[in-house]
Amino acid sequence: MDFLDYAFMQRALLAAVLVGITAPAVGIYLVQRRQALMGDGIGHVAMTGVGLGFLLSASPVWMATAVSVLGAILMELIRWYGRTRGDIALAMLFYGGMAGGVMFINLAPTGSNANLTSYLFGSLSTVSEEDVTSICLLAAFVVVVTLGLRRQLFAVSQDEEFARVTGLPVRALNLLTAVTAAVTVTVAMRVVGLLLVSALMVVPVAAAQQLTRSFAATFAVAVAIGVSVTIGGTVTSYYQDVPPGATIVLLTIGAFIVMTALAAPLARRRARALAAAQTAGDPGECTIPATREAGDGVGV
Amino acid sequence: MDAKAEPVISLRGVRAELGSRPVLRGIDLTVHRGEVVALLGANGSGKSTAVRSVIGQVPIGAGEIELFGAPHRRFGDWARVGYVPQRTTAAGGVPATVTEIVTSGRLSRARFGVLRKADHAAVRRALELVGMADRAKDSVDALSGGQHQRVLIARALAAEPELLIMDEPMAGVDLASQEVLAQTLRTQVAGGATVLLVLHELGPLEPLIDRAVVLRDGCVTHDGPPPRAVGQHALPGHDHVHPHAPAGAEPIRTGLLS
Repeated sequence: MDFLDYAFMQRALLAAVLVGITAPAVGIYLVQRRQALMGDGIGHVAMTGVGLGFLLSASPVWMATAVSVLGAILMELIRWYGRTRGDIALAMLFYGGMAGGVMFINLAPTGSNANLTSYLFGSLSTVSEEDVTSICLLAAFVVVVTLGLRRQLFAVSQDEEFARVTGLPVRALNLLTAVTAAVTVTVAMRVVGLLLVSALMVVPVAAAQQLTRSFAATFAVAVAIGVSVTIGGTVTSYYQDVPPGATIVLLTIGAFIVMTALAAPLARRRARALAAAQTAGDPGECTIPATREAGDGVGV
Repeated sequence: MDAKAEPVISLRGVRAELGSRPVLRGIDLTVHRGEVVALLGANGSGKSTAVRSVIGQVPIGAGEIELFGAPHRRFGDWARVGYVPQRTTAAGGVPATVTEIVTSGRLSRARFGVLRKADHAAVRRALELVGMADRAKDSVDALSGGQHQRVLIARALAAEPELLIMDEPMAGVDLASQEVLAQTLRTQVAGGATVLLVLHELGPLEPLIDRAVVLRDGCVTHDGPPPRAVGQHALPGHDHVHPHAPAGAEPIRTGLLS
């Protein structure tokens, strides 16, 4: 456990744990609404924020937060109003965001593509004291929203039309989900990078739901997987000198494969238990008469 | 004023368009307290659009809608309305148990999403009403089509609404579940609930229905006792020619095959 002696590793681990909690916590609602790739879109838009941060010599984390929150709100509004060509508008937003990021960072006097790479794929060892403070504040916001409003967010993500008829402020909750997802992207940016952040939002949830039957259990297992892989990936990258972001994402996919392998025998056992419970009430199997009448009595 | 006569739903001259196609062309519809009204009509006749305009999910171009005597725009007491949307599944992108889904129907009664003992009890009662209490902890992914529909109805009943609005509750439902749903509806009606149903055919709910409103091409063509089909006319797929229709009018195609 010698890695805990280094301040940079303490910061890296703290940031990694917070990402492991927040990314699946938001991701589960995106998966539930079948918008699993929204995190990816926000990640692209956030690049413009990073570029602007360098250009204006402001904090790239806060600049990325501001730009990705605006981008997420814009995406939600496009989903709301633009019925027909919404996907085209979203594509322009994604690639415009990416191109803007590359452009701004090259215009900036201190920026280069090397800086951008650390944001695209994560750079845990360069997480500064200042970054950790921002990440803690943003992660606290995400946890408060995703846990405090879990019943409302569940209802809206499960069946939006029904939620509107129960009188829930659906539009506000949708915007809040989008803003929370954007904040999570910037929390995870330093750890796994903007291009890989969506994996941590989606894959732990997909892995968890191989085994779980309830939303609450899926939430808990997804966060547990998220925390395990981010800690595992960070520690591995300390010993093996491999990029932490890629290690974390590959570990997550590994967790998905393990869960899927475990799920098959478990599903068989559940099916047997269910069948046993049902045969207690009725015969279960069809009974075929031993002898059959000519043509089974069917006339022509 | 007689409480029985107070209209719970009132539509006057309601017009609505989807895209640029007129779907409702001046609908008048009144549902009084304690009534069970079925909205019938062929596919594309506007019956789903009509109920969705009542619950505010379709913007109306002209006319007035009142709920419990209040103009639609100012109506905010949605806990009094239980809505069963037209769905073939209750499942979303993440596993959820029957209880979790039904609980989301109770949020209209829960302040800030905080559920009290009484709320959990109401959710349990709703599950018992549709005969799904023994499946409460099961994932909805493991249910049959009819059981999905029972979960959606329990979700609407969880708020203990005075008015139930159901969009094709019998679509894709097996016989056993149809019987349970008819029984559930009977209990609700006996308890004084008002019901507006969209139906493709009257089916096992027929004895419960006080009044049938038939739509065709976005207009009301019949408003009165449910048309009773006998003999061959009762077969699904039969075109029903209603005596109220003007001479030479197209038969009202309510059948499955039309």
